[in-house]
Amino acid sequence: MGERLSLVWLQSGGCGGCTQSLLCHEPGPVFDALEVAGIDLRYHPGLSAPVGDVIELLDAIADGREPLDILCIEGAMLRGPHGTGHFHRLGGTGRAMTDWVARLAPRARYVAAVGSCSAYGGFSATAGNPLDACGLAYDGDTPGGLLGAGFASAGGLPVINIAGCPTHPGWVVETLQKLALEGFAPDELDAYGRPRLYADQLVHHGCGRNEFYEFKASAEKASDLGCLMENLGCKGTQAHADCNLRPWNGGGSCVKGGYACISCTEPGFEDPGHPFQETPKVAGIPIGLPTDMPKAWFVALAALSKSATPKRVRENATADHPLVVPALKKTGLK
Amino acid sequence: MSDDVLPGAPDTTGPGAAPSAAPGRRIVLGPFNRVEGDLEVSLDVAGGTVVAAYVNSPLYRGFEQILPGRATLDALAIVPRICGICSVAQSLAAVQALEALGGIVPAANGVRARNLILGAENLADHLSHFVLFFLPDFTHPAYAGRPWHGEAQRRLTALRGSATAWALPARAGLLKVMGLLAGHWPHTLGLQPGGTTRGVSASERLRLIALLADFRRALETHLFADRLEHFSALDSAEALAAWGQAQASVGVMGEAAFFLAIARDLAQSSHDLAALGRASDRFLSVGAYGGGGEGFTGDAANPAPLLASGRWSPESGVQPWSAQDIREDVHSAWLAEVPPVHPAQADTVVDADKPGAYTWCKAPRYAGEVVEVGALARQVVDGHPLARDLVARHGGSVLARVAARLLELARVVPALERWARELVPGEPFCHPAELPASGSAAGLIEAARGSLGHWVTVERGRIVRYQIVAPTTWNFSPRDATGIPGPLEQALVGLPAGEGALPLVQHVVRSFDPCMACTVH
Repeated sequence: MGERLSLVWLQSGGCGGCTQSLLCHEPGPVFDALEVAGIDLRYHPGLSAPVGDVIELLDAIADGREPLDILCIEGAMLRGPHGTGHFHRLGGTGRAMTDWVARLAPRARYVAAVGSCSAYGGFSATAGNPLDACGLAYDGDTPGGLLGAGFASAGGLPVINIAGCPTHPGWVVETLQKLALEGFAPDELDAYGRPRLYADQLVHHGCGRNEFYEFKASAEKASDLGCLMENLGCKGTQAHADCNLRPWNGGGSCVKGGYACISCTEPGFEDPGHPFQETPKVAGIPIGLPTDMPKAWFVALAALSKSATPKRVRENATADHPLVVPALKKTGLK
Repeated sequence: MSDDVLPGAPDTTGPGAAPSAAPGRRIVLGPFNRVEGDLEVSLDVAGGTVVAAYVNSPLYRGFEQILPGRATLDALAIVPRICGICSVAQSLAAVQALEALGGIVPAANGVRARNLILGAENLADHLSHFVLFFLPDFTHPAYAGRPWHGEAQRRLTALRGSATAWALPARAGLLKVMGLLAGHWPHTLGLQPGGTTRGVSASERLRLIALLADFRRALETHLFADRLEHFSALDSAEALAAWGQAQASVGVMGEAAFFLAIARDLAQSSHDLAALGRASDRFLSVGAYGGGGEGFTGDAANPAPLLASGRWSPESGVQPWSAQDIREDVHSAWLAEVPPVHPAQADTVVDADKPGAYTWCKAPRYAGEVVEVGALARQVVDGHPLARDLVARHGGSVLARVAARLLELARVVPALERWARELVPGEPFCHPAELPASGSAAGLIEAARGSLGHWVTVERGRIVRYQIVAPTTWNFSPRDATGIPGPLEQALVGLPAGEGALPLVQHVVRSFDPCMACTVH
């Protein structure tokens, strides 16, 4: 086990859902998981009863009088109105949260953006961005954000973007655990600063609708069992995350819940340019093809597999419970 | 200063955005820990007593500006992100608004599944609030001399107390209902006009029933140390006190009885939690868990709720309510000044430099009155005798609000169990629904913290107006144009504050279980 690291967590332009998700950590309370991982939670606005004055603590860190290992920020950075940051002034301080974060981040050994809001802006930055929201080191998919494209924390790393809306508790805890155990090498983050621990997978991996996907047996309406890609907006074949390998809330995921993956770990997911629950198509073919799949092959395979769809798969795809169950093999399993 | 530090020297250097109406001194408490989101409370103190309070919600979210222009169904992806703790409630309010827009009747299984999903969120919130947010205040050093303080530190210390050790796994276990029915929590797209996206198999129905049995056992072991039904049968303040005393006398106290023992001791030294924190004593509930009452068997528009709707006042008791009587007043908010207006006609226009404003929170009023929403309002309106008796004695109070949440845990778990049993695998969970391209509608539901309303107008398949009135917007509303303070602002007046004061202000603030993220949507 490595050294013990101190952690300060702050929240700004977001819904607090990443913290709520974190509290669903399993097995056992997340506070125990952090403790055994070597993390000392010095302050979390939603959970702590801090000893001493929080503002004094933050000032001491910002002035370099108090060391800090990890700064976690949840929620977007709200730069508006007119660059003042006054859409969020930290309670009791009268000071814009953007100022606090800009002062604190260079002092921390590591800075983690928890959730797509603090990573890239997220829903706070959608639709014309009236809040002038951004991520810590990204503005959507463009490097920059509050801290600037070249930002490196005192430990020499860029902001670690634990993207997701919300984040899975395992993504957060594993990232913190790894920081305490051995740190991150730069190539252990992907091109958008996400820990490759979970971002090297696609949501498609382990999808429980895979048989329907294979045959392009597609759901047509809410509660259908079929593949959600062709009609209902699912981006699981493109979105980087391990949601179907690492269960949510005991066994769920978006697609297991019967609705589309909206690629919430990707920068800019909040503005897809089409309704979230509809698949944009050209000439009947989805624009968003599976990652790494050449278009011509996809079209050819889709046509072939559609024509080869077994009756069971075809009929079940547009029902909310299996109408046809798998046949019993009379010859025994070979 | 942060709220966990006892107010000491006068803090006149704080932001003090709120206008000071009184001589004396100003204490600014913030950031307020262990509430959902950021909160600042300014207190004018004279003679060691709060004479005026100003509640500032210092974060603005802008969702009412973000939603217009979107495709109608995009609301279901966006509104859950208003709040990570009331995420399902936001979904359901939007779904009900869209069902009203389209005249859509949801599938009976979908109604049951939605009630299970909402109930799991609400009860998880009640449990989190009691154990993680509210109770740790009793470990405060100001209580060091109390006979129960050592035990409080063992049980209730934030992050590490023995209560957290059982409550977090119990909460995570309950939220496995979401993994089964809604994909995950927070932020599901599983609630749709017409029902839910996730049919439940015979095996999954059994798993749901088992998950709920686990949750019941955790509550009956650790929270109540008693059957849920015994707690929900308590019908008066005396019965509640006797129930707590009985556990204390045998030395086996759940967290609920331990809290009652603390309250009993504090009451003996004239800090009666049953008499602290009175707000306007006007309560509103729009009715909780539609279709959740006994006897719901099939598809129906607006089926009867588990907990009745209405408004309640000491003078008139329960009266019918109407969404038409709601107005939002922006006088003290950093929003462009307009006369109070019904949410269906409201717009949200920022005016960050508005003189006299001190919060991002609007001030909703019901028929011009300041009303309190939440579990206590629901239980009072529904007529639970314990809630009614507590309010009859001292109005809304810290103890009454906490007891009402405990009552909901005890009363709603059996309903969840029933709804799970009533699911019929193989029958529809969602009726296909077409939404009209244009129209206006509202959806009003009860979130954990109280009444939540969504008002939507769509034209040619796009949202053109979307207004939200959230529970804490009611409870933490600022002064309106007539100068009447909001519920929390009223509830804080008269409390001791300043040097050496017990953290009673903190108890009162947290007794409302604020959700600031929703407040400033």
